[in-house]
Amino acid sequence: MSDKLSPVPATTAERSQSGGLVLLCLASWVVPGAGHLWLGRRQKGLIFLVALPLMFAIGLALEGRLFPFQLADMLVCLEAFAELGIGATYFVGSALGLGAGDVRAVTYEYGNAFLIVAGLLNLLVVIDAYDVAKGRK
Amino acid sequence: MALFAFFVSLVFAVIAKDEPRDQARLGGMMFGGFMLAAAVLGWFMYPFPL
Repeated sequence: MSDKLSPVPATTAERSQSGGLVLLCLASWVVPGAGHLWLGRRQKGLIFLVALPLMFAIGLALEGRLFPFQLADMLVCLEAFAELGIGATYFVGSALGLGAGDVRAVTYEYGNAFLIVAGLLNLLVVIDAYDVAKGRK
Repeated sequence: MALFAFFVSLVFAVIAKDEPRDQARLGGMMFGGFMLAAAVLGWFMYPFPL
């Protein structure tokens, strides 16, 4: 008997399930906690919905900077990606002209730490929502 | 720093545990650990000039 597994084409149900998962992850990224709320984990979803945007707002209030995507400067680019992890809040902050960042401010680096970590934590929340949807948790 | 530690502990605890009691316990321990580590590291860095 051969040990090799032959590829099995995905069924329509599997394809629609993976489409739902993508949509769930997208919703969870755009609005922190939305994925958990969607899955009925109300307590977790509400905590993420309040805590992560609040953390991002504190970062902006502390004169943190919303970094631009400058491919020439790798560290700035990585910081921009990390901040983008917070989803819609990032775009709202940008649209409102917040996050100019004042390097001279004493709190500048603290603000950046809040902004970057809020984005990265939201990415963890997206992964958690994915795990819950897959039944791993 | 305490505010930062609070938020990070809160999110990690809520991700890791499902029951509110377990979340509070893990979050409290993590927060305490962050504060203790900061105090200890700050103490060790005290002799170093800027």
